[in-house]
This record gives sequence, structure tokens and C-alpha cells, in this order.
Amino acid sequence: MRARPFIAIMGNPWVSGATALALTGLVAAASLWLGGFDPLAAFASLVRGSLGSPGAFLSITLVRAVPLILTGLAVGVAFRAGVWNIGAEGQLYAGAVAAVWAGLHFGTLPAALLVPLVLCASALGGVIWILVPAFLRIRMGVGEVITTILMNFLGIHLAAWMVRGPLQEPRGIFPQTESIPLSAQLPVLFPGTRLHLGFPLAMGLAVLAWGFYRWTVAGFRASAVGASEEVARVAGAMDVNRVLTGTFLASGALAGLAGGVEVAGVTFALYEGLSPGWGYTAIAVALLAGLHPLGIVGAGVLFGALEGGAGAMQRNAGIPSAWVSAVEAMVILSLLAVGVASRSRTAGPPTTANESGGIVAGTGGSDEDPGHA
Amino acid sequence: MPEILALTAFLEASVRLGTPLALAALGETVTERSGVINIGLEGSIIAGALGSALGAIATGSPLAGLLAGVVSGTAVAACFALFAVVLRTDQIITGTAVTLGGLGFTGAVYQARFGTTGTALSLPTLDAVSFPGVARIPVVGSAFFSQPITVYLAYLLAPALWYVLFRTPWGLSLRAVGENPDAADAAGVSVVRTRLHATLVGGALAGLAGAHLTLAHTGTFSEGMSAGRGFIAIAVVVLGRWNPLWVLVAGLLFGTASALQFFLQTLGLDLPYQLFLALPYALTLAALAGWVGRARAPAALARSWPPQQ
Repeated sequence: MRARPFIAIMGNPWVSGATALALTGLVAAASLWLGGFDPLAAFASLVRGSLGSPGAFLSITLVRAVPLILTGLAVGVAFRAGVWNIGAEGQLYAGAVAAVWAGLHFGTLPAALLVPLVLCASALGGVIWILVPAFLRIRMGVGEVITTILMNFLGIHLAAWMVRGPLQEPRGIFPQTESIPLSAQLPVLFPGTRLHLGFPLAMGLAVLAWGFYRWTVAGFRASAVGASEEVARVAGAMDVNRVLTGTFLASGALAGLAGGVEVAGVTFALYEGLSPGWGYTAIAVALLAGLHPLGIVGAGVLFGALEGGAGAMQRNAGIPSAWVSAVEAMVILSLLAVGVASRSRTAGPPTTANESGGIVAGTGGSDEDPGHA
Repeated sequence: MPEILALTAFLEASVRLGTPLALAALGETVTERSGVINIGLEGSIIAGALGSALGAIATGSPLAGLLAGVVSGTAVAACFALFAVVLRTDQIITGTAVTLGGLGFTGAVYQARFGTTGTALSLPTLDAVSFPGVARIPVVGSAFFSQPITVYLAYLLAPALWYVLFRTPWGLSLRAVGENPDAADAAGVSVVRTRLHATLVGGALAGLAGAHLTLAHTGTFSEGMSAGRGFIAIAVVVLGRWNPLWVLVAGLLFGTASALQFFLQTLGLDLPYQLFLALPYALTLAALAGWVGRARAPAALARSWPPQQ
């Protein structure tokens, strides 16, 4: 399916990742230099701002990495099974709405009950938000790329409505919700920092996902479906639709959880613009990691440092903070370029084997061009 | 009487808000008909917005700004096409990167050039051009026929692109490439060149959409002002079923949904306008599911050609 050429281009993820990062560094430095900035000063202040002190590392970089790791896992789990979930952003918002609702509605419960309840609610919110794309793909053969993008907008509008309507703070002045009670908030790990329980939680889920692919039959099936849905269907040893359903649900739950963890660990309230596009950055995180769950933790921390250090870079070296998004794009394009280079070294003449899987029209071999029979 | 005025203002806002969506979606229709989905459209729109702002400032002429916007949007699409069409990288991933990069790069250039204080940029803007006669029709006249030139471009482009796609040899080969690239190739059509051209046309119109945002709609540039319109335009293409004429209608429909919030506020109705904002997306989902007429995408959409083994 569509995931196949993509996994093929990754080759050795360590080599391609490192090459792509080196390439990104070169292009980024060149673009800064052309813009009249000092690349070395930029790099130095970026590193100082994100890794320079324990406080910066724990309270800025790692806190910022948590939603990136969770949405990165959501994207990674989906892509591995050939599910093109571009909708982590909307699922994150749905999760955040559900988390705030649960935190406020059950605010009298003790923390030992309320915190798990809030997190479960957020995962459920993300699941609900991916149900429509999942149903449309599995039952109706409508590809999920466009439907998940559409659901992103619905999720953002849902949050915008909630903070002005049903969940608006009691005075009704600001477009945001009330803060969830202390008993619904994630505990801070080290006093004096902002690093909360969400980080070990994200790490734990990454390890869990790694073990799932490494040791379980279900994990093997998911990867097999991602490698080629057709082969998996023809081989007949598995229920492909069941694998796809599980993948959709897990991906939605992880992205929803990202919203819940951000609300319960950092903002404590919901407002518009909660996410600066984590659901999209997550795609870069997952790709840089070669879709490897443990790699996603590393890539999430790296991107957390990049985004966390952007403020310091702007203050100390005068580099516009928005430039960091351009660097994230360079990472993806470099990975693609490295993939092209390794492909052209190993590839033979082009064959007519179809990579199939129209993203809108269908998912299986049913819409193959007749010429490929 | 105030209701009539509000209605006129509402229709006017619908057209003004719908135009950038329609323009970008018309371009994306051409691109997608050739089998390429450009999710990097957002990057072309924001580049068009910044390019037109810089162009208008440099020359003092909004028309030159418009042209600069088109060039900027095309340049970003060229970057997308280099990867996704020429090097055959995955279209979805490449598009995501181009969107991220476009937003980041324009934001950085804007901050570097105008600082981060957020003082509003004031640009020479495109004035509304009134059509004598039709503009005087009560309520709808000024809404549809007293608008900036970009609006009329959208009106003209929809039938023109319909004609090109469905009534010319170039359109036929373009659609053949989008439906069955192997057959088109066997018939002597250059798949890569056709897709390249289609992608550049899409970028040019997305740049025009961005220029409309700065020069005709807001009169200024702000970071991230494209506000997801590139993605919305992709939905508009689906709702318009890959037909330029319906795409124009669908674009205006999305514009109407976003204009409704101001209309409801003017009328003093306290309805949750987000529900209306959400409506066209729900409609698009329904169209994809086949509940309001089947929307069928070009068969080879998002597939690289020649295919990778």
C-alpha cells in the first residue's frame, strides 16, 4: 500500500536520520547566513535556551516534547499500518475538550481517581474524533487523508465553540474554560520545575508500543498490513479490517491523550490555539524516527528543544522564532531527499508494479488501473 | 431596512471570504485532475500573501503586488513539484513539509523585515470595481459586482478552466494522466511534464488567493494569516467534485458559512456560529461518503509515476 515505498526509502533509519539532520543543519545555516544572521550565534543560543541548564531542559524542552511524543506516536502507529492519519491535530483538540469536561464535571473526586479519569476521557475524545474517518475508510473505501484533515477543522471549531459556549468560564468574559481543580492536574515530577507526570507516561507508552511491534503477533500483523495491505489480504492469515480498526482507534487515543496531558499538565484550562500545530509537527517527528516508537521519544525531545529554544534564539540572537518551523520542514525534505538518493543507488529499471491505494477513491486493489492486471 | 443592509453586507462578505478559497481550489482542481494532490497549497497561499505585500510595498502598485503574489505561490509549488513530481517522493508527506516550511519561512522573513512588535502593515489595496448596471441590482448587485478584481478573476477562471479541462486536447491529456498515467504515457503524453505544469498552475492560483487576502481583504500581512485555507481549499475541491464550475460554487458556500458569524452578530442572534462554520466540512464528509452524490477522485490521485517498485 502507500506505506510501502515509504518504508523502503527509509533504509537504515539511523543512517538516513543522521544524514538528513546533517543536511538540515547545512541548509539551515546557509539560509541564516543568506538572511544576514550569524548561524553559530543562533545555534549557540538555541542550545543554551533548550539544554543550557537543568531548568531549561526539564521545564522547557521536555515539557514541550510531551505532546510531540504522544502525537508522534499517534502518527507513527498509524503510518506503520498504512493508515494516513493527518488528523492528530483535531483528535488532540477533541481530547483536550473531553479532559477539561471530565476534570470540571467530576471535580470533587479524589486525585487518585480523577487524574486517570481525565486521561481516559481525553483518549476517548480522540477515539471519537477518528471514528468517522475510520468508518469511511474501512466500510466505504474512502481514503483517510482528506477526511482526517476535515476532522481537524471540526475539532478546532468544537474547541472554539466550547470555550465560548458550554464550557466557558463562569464570568463569561474570556474565551476559555475554568481551570480544572488541583485534583485533576498531573503532579510535577521535580519541585521547582514544570516537568509533569505526562513525560514518563509518554515514555511508557512508547516502550509499550515498541514491545507491541517487537514481540506480539498483533504488532507483526499491523506492520504486515502497512507493508502491503493487498498481500496481507491475499495471504488470508489475518483479518485486515480488524487490524485497521485497531490502528485507527489506537492512533486516535494517543493523539487525544496528547490533548488531555497538555491540559492536565501544563495549561489546566482550554482555550483556542492550545496547539501550535503539534498534530502536523508530529508527522515530522514520526518520520525522523523512521516510525520507531523509541526513536519517536528521541525525535520528540529534539523537536521539543528546537521549539523550546526558539524563544531564547529570538531574544539573544535576533533570529525570528517562526524560522524553527522552516527548519522542521527542512528535516522532512532532507529525509525525503536522502531517501531518493539511496533509492537511485539501489533501484533497477522502473517496473509497472503499481503502488496502488488512491487516497480518496479507495484503499484496496479494487481501483487498480486495468493495465496492471 | 437595516436587515436589508445587513443582508447585503453578509453576501458581500460571503463573496470576499469565499474568493480566496475558490481561487486556491480552482488551481488545486487542475493539479488533482493530473493525479497530484498538493497539501502544500497552504504554503503557496501564505507565500502569495507575503510576496504580494512585499511587491506592493516595493512598487506602490497593488497590481504589481498581485503579480508578485502569483510568482511567489508558483515558486513554492515548484519546490513541491521538484520533490513530489520529479523526484517522486510521497505527495502527502512532501505537501505537509511544504506547508510547514511556507508558514515558517514567511513568518521568519516577515519578522526579520518588519520586526516582532506586530505593528500592522498598511498596504496599497485593490479597490472595488463596480460594474455599471448590474452592480445597482438591489441586495445582490453590489455583493457580486462591486468587488476587487480578484473576485472577477475567480468568476472568469471557473468557466475558463472548465473549458480547458473538458474541451481542449491539453485538458484531455491532463485528465488522462490523472486517471491512467500508463495509458497516457503509452499515448505519448509526458506524464511528468503534464503534472509539473498542473502543479505550477495550482501554485499560481494559490498565490493569487494569498494576494487577495492581503491586497483585497485585509490590507495587511500577518503571520499565518492563511489560517488553514490551503486545507479548506482541498475540501472545496472534493465538495465541487473536481469540476471547476462546482468548485467555484463550493468555495462561495464555504465563504458564506464563515460570513454567517458576522451576519448573526449584526442581527443580534446569539446562535453558536461555530456550528455553521462546521457545516461545510460535514457536508464535504457526506459528499465523500456518497450521501449527497458520489464524489469520485481521479483514479491516480496521489500516486507517483513512474511507480516505485
